[in-house]
Amino acid sequence: MTDRAVEDLLRTLAPQVLGVLVRRHGQFYACEDAVQEALLAAATQWPAQGVPEHPRSWLVTVATRRLTDEWRSERARRDREVAVAAREPAYPAVAPAADEEPPAGDDTLKLLFLCCHPALTGSAQVALTLRAVGGLSTAEIARAYLVPEATMSQRIRRAKQRIEAAGARFVLPSPADRDDRLRAVLRVLYLIFNEGYTASSGDELHRAELTGEAIRLARELHRLLPDDGEVAGLLALMLLTDSHRAARTGPGGELIPLAEQDRSRWDRAEIAAGVALVTEALTWSAPGPYQVQAAIAAVHAEAPSAAETDWPQIVALYRVLARIAPNPMVTLNQAAAVAMVDGPRAGLALLASLDADERTAGHHRLAAVRAHLLELAGERTAARAAYLAAARATTSRPEQRYLEVRAARLAADR
Amino acid sequence: MKYMLLIWNRPGFVEELSEEERNAIFGDVDRIMAELTASGELVGGDALAHPSQTRTVRAGAHAGAVEVTDGPFVESKEQFAGYLMVDCETPERAAEIAASWPDVTHGVGVLEVRPVMDQAGTEM
Repeated sequence: MTDRAVEDLLRTLAPQVLGVLVRRHGQFYACEDAVQEALLAAATQWPAQGVPEHPRSWLVTVATRRLTDEWRSERARRDREVAVAAREPAYPAVAPAADEEPPAGDDTLKLLFLCCHPALTGSAQVALTLRAVGGLSTAEIARAYLVPEATMSQRIRRAKQRIEAAGARFVLPSPADRDDRLRAVLRVLYLIFNEGYTASSGDELHRAELTGEAIRLARELHRLLPDDGEVAGLLALMLLTDSHRAARTGPGGELIPLAEQDRSRWDRAEIAAGVALVTEALTWSAPGPYQVQAAIAAVHAEAPSAAETDWPQIVALYRVLARIAPNPMVTLNQAAAVAMVDGPRAGLALLASLDADERTAGHHRLAAVRAHLLELAGERTAARAAYLAAARATTSRPEQRYLEVRAARLAADR
Repeated sequence: MKYMLLIWNRPGFVEELSEEERNAIFGDVDRIMAELTASGELVGGDALAHPSQTRTVRAGAHAGAVEVTDGPFVESKEQFAGYLMVDCETPERAAEIAASWPDVTHGVGVLEVRPVMDQAGTEM
């Protein structure tokens, strides 16, 4: 087996093995560490010595051994310090219970809910999900997020402590909480995807791998919850967005806007899969934000060129999105679409309301869309000023570069 | 999002502090660094040597020439004394970290909070 195949196998097995341990022993914190060590052992041994006949059992055995070693040394330490008679495990949180083994998929779901627990910050949810469900090592996650390994290691440790302190359990959320908790899971997967997708090519390879990981997890979630339209919508949105990957940057890593991308380089297989998923979901599911965003992406994907895009359809979809998930960023995108149907003035009029909203006032995206619409309206001086304002406000190097180029073009060819 | 917290203070201010004040400041620094390490927000940080140890390098009078002078670039009472790099959830959180730094709480300096440019971006 190649290193890559071993890695894929380990990532698939990671949540299953962790599920078995947590169900048997409780103690998410200690079990997660033990599984991580077992995965590292497998990653070094299997490529050289071959994959054992029952890889999952191998991992469970090794992880359990690490866990009992840990308990033994913990016990010895405690016995030395104080003679405690306590027979209870060191970390009572995250109760086990079941003696029979539920299907492995249930464990993956429970783990996802646990890792995206509301007691955690977004970045902690992301890090823990990648490690406990995705089976990535701390070093890999740290490389992908461009922070030192020690920083990421602490972030994961703190996240696990928080989960225990919050008394979270290794169970599926109650029906009352389920929707909110599932939204949190979808948001985390989307964040992971975006982190990878927005990375520029070349030296950002580790980050780009996050995209594949997010799609893998979304696919797994869709397999486990085939009746959830938003899960299907998120997976479709990821596939449709990812289909642009080869066309979204130029040879020097510069960003190429959707309208100017070489559409022959879009990934047709991903588009077909994404379109099929969202079209099917919308036939039986109430439209949620991910489905509508995927539907918008599907309209773009099926257009032979920017000019031939079904803009009225896109405007209609943004109107739906603005109704079910009102958000100034939606209005911003809606304005850009309205401009393509009713002209740039109509789009600019929609933008005016966003200057008063503190979430968008001064935001580089507002300035960038305004610049684009002013350019379409032929107001070159105002467009240039807006591009420069956007370039000053963004904290992304590639976006800044793109905006500066647009501003420079307006200065040059007058 | 990563932020760099640039610490500006008056060189030599430490010399005028009592031992107690000095210990309090260093104690604060140790405590905050430990907290930021534990929370997984600390990316890095360093203190810089006294500004008298600085060399400033600039283009010289002739093409291709370089001029190196002793002393800092900015002539001001406050000098750049060190930095922290943090990776945190919001700009408010970065400002909160800056507000807890002893140069601010003891009124001996200021901190600038500056977002670090991201190498990632979305097409527009």
